[in-house]
Amino acid sequence: MTDKPVTEMSFEEAIAELERVVSQLDSGSVELDASIKLYERGTELKKHCEAKLKDAEEKVAKLTVSAEGEPTGTTPLDAG
Amino acid sequence: MDLIDEPRQGENAPEFSVSEISGAVKRTIEGEFAHVRVKGEVGRVMHARSGHLYFDIKDDRAVLGCTTWKAQVAKLAVIPEEGMEIVATGRLTTFPGQSKYQMNVQDVAVAGEGALMAMLEKRKKKLAAEGLFDPARKKPLPYLPEIIGVVTSPTGAVIRDILHRLRDRFPRKVLVWPVAVQGANSAAEVARAIEGFNAMTPGGALPRPDLLIVARGGGSIEDLWGFNEEVVARAAAASAIPLISAVGHETDTTLIDFVSDQRAPTPTAAAELAVPVRLELLAWTSEQGGRLNRALAAGVAQRQQRLRDLTRALPRVDRLTETASQRLDQASARLDGGLNAFVAQKQIVLGRIAGGLRPSALRGLLDRNGQRLGSVEHRLPSGLARQTDQARARLEAAISRLRVDAMTREIEAQRQSVSQLATRLDRCQLVQAANRRQRLAALDKLHETLGYKETLKRGYAVVRQGKDGDVITSKSVAQNTADLAIEFADGVLPLGAATRKAPAKPKQSPPEQGSLL
Repeated sequence: MTDKPVTEMSFEEAIAELERVVSQLDSGSVELDASIKLYERGTELKKHCEAKLKDAEEKVAKLTVSAEGEPTGTTPLDAG
Repeated sequence: MDLIDEPRQGENAPEFSVSEISGAVKRTIEGEFAHVRVKGEVGRVMHARSGHLYFDIKDDRAVLGCTTWKAQVAKLAVIPEEGMEIVATGRLTTFPGQSKYQMNVQDVAVAGEGALMAMLEKRKKKLAAEGLFDPARKKPLPYLPEIIGVVTSPTGAVIRDILHRLRDRFPRKVLVWPVAVQGANSAAEVARAIEGFNAMTPGGALPRPDLLIVARGGGSIEDLWGFNEEVVARAAAASAIPLISAVGHETDTTLIDFVSDQRAPTPTAAAELAVPVRLELLAWTSEQGGRLNRALAAGVAQRQQRLRDLTRALPRVDRLTETASQRLDQASARLDGGLNAFVAQKQIVLGRIAGGLRPSALRGLLDRNGQRLGSVEHRLPSGLARQTDQARARLEAAISRLRVDAMTREIEAQRQSVSQLATRLDRCQLVQAANRRQRLAALDKLHETLGYKETLKRGYAVVRQGKDGDVITSKSVAQNTADLAIEFADGVLPLGAATRKAPAKPKQSPPEQGSLL
C-alpha cells in the first residue's frame, strides 16, 4: 500500500490501489481494525476514481501557429 | 594588287568578346531548355551556408551540376541525398564565370517506387544502427491522459475519426496542431509540431499534452512520404511525451512507425489506444465499491459468527473439574484398602519361602556329598598302584629288547666290508696307473712319428731365420733374410758359416769383393 494521498493520485494509480484494497479486504485475512481502515481508504479511492471519470469534459481546440512555427493561441475546432 | 585577296580562314565571321559569346550561349541554352526534367543518380551534395543547395546528377557517362536557391529549397518535396535516383525539374542555365552550364532545379522527385523503398531501407538501417528503434526506448502510454495533442490536418476525416472515437470512449481535452500531411512542407511541419508540443510547459497557458497522436489517412507512398523523412523520425524519437503514430492504412508502414512508442493501424485505432472506455471504468469502479462494502460486511459478519460459535463452545467452569474430582474421590477411597491388601499379599509370599528354610534340608545335602566323597576316596590308592605297575611293565619289556651282542656283530660286519673295499681300491689304482703309462708311451711315439723331426730323418730339412727363428717357406722371404739356418735331423746349420766356405759367384760380386778376399 502506498502512502501517497489519494487526492494526488492519477486515475491509474487510484484504480490499481483500489483493486489492491478490495482484494485484501476480500481475502478476509486482515485484522478488524485494519479492515475498517482499508474500507475507509477504499471508499476514498472509489470517490476519487469516480470524480476522475466524471471529469470527462470534451474540449477540442486548434492551435494557431505563427509564420515562424510558434504556437500563438487556440481557436475552437469543429471537425464535425 | 590582286582583285582577289588570298582568302583567310574565318575573316568574315564577326568577332565576339568572351562576355558576348558567354551571353549568347546563355540565351541559347536558357531559351532551348527553359523547362526540362532530368533523371539520374544524385552524386555529391553540398548545403552551402548561404542556404543554397548544390548537387550533381549523373549517369554512367555524364555529370550535370545542379543548383537550388535558398527560397527554392524550402519548396522541394525531396531533399536530394547521395545515391538517390531522382527526376529533377527545372531549367538549364550557364555560369559564365567558369564556362559552365548547369541546371537550376525547382522540384525533385524520387524516381520510381523501387528507388523510394531502397532509400527508405537505407534510412531505416541508419536509424536502427543509432538505436532509435530499440524497444527499451519505447515509453509506456499513460492510462488516462488529461490532454491529448494531435498532429494532423485540421480538416478531413482523420481528425474527425479521432475526435469521434475519443468522445465515444472517454471525452478528453484535445489540442490539434495543424500541419500539412503531404507535400513539400509536410515533413518539416510535422517535426516542428512534435517539437512544439514538447516545448510547452505542463499547466501553462497552452497546457502541455501528456500524449501525442501523429496521424494521417491512407494514400500513395509518395503521399505518405513526409512521414518517412528522417527529420520526422528524429523528432518522434526525441519526443519526451509518449507518441502514437497512425499513418496511412493498416498495411502502410512508415519510418515514424518504427520510432513511435506505439503504432496504431488507423487514426481510429490511435484514439482507442489513447483512452480507456469511460463507462466500463465507471462500472468497474462501482463494482469495486460494492465489493468493498460486501467484503467489510462479510468480514464483520464472519467475526460475529465466529464469536458466537466460540462462546457456545466455551464449557462451564464446574464442568471442567467434575471428572477430576470424581477421580480423586475414587482414588482416595482405594488408597487404604490397597495398602493393606498389598502387605497381606507380600506376607503370604514370605511365609511360603520361610517354610522351606529348615536345618534338616541342609544336613541332607551335606550327607549326600559326604557319601560321594567317601566312595571316591577309597578308590584313590588302588588306582595309583595300578598305574605305576603298568608303566613299570612297559619299561621292563623295553629293557629286555635292548641287546649289546647284536650291535657288536653288526659293527664287525661293517668293518670287514670296509677293509675289502680298501683292498679293491688299491688294486684298481695300480692297474689304472699301468694302463695310463702304456697309453702315454704309445701316444708319445705316435707324436714323434707324426712330427716333422721324423721327416728330417728321411732327408728333408727346415729353413729358418736364425737358429730358432720362424720357418721360411718362400724364396722371396729367404732372399731378404740375413742369417738363414737349416735344420737337419741331427742339428741346425747356420747358413752364414756354410757360404763363407763356398767361392763367391762372379755374377753378383762387386769390384771391391776381390780386394776384400
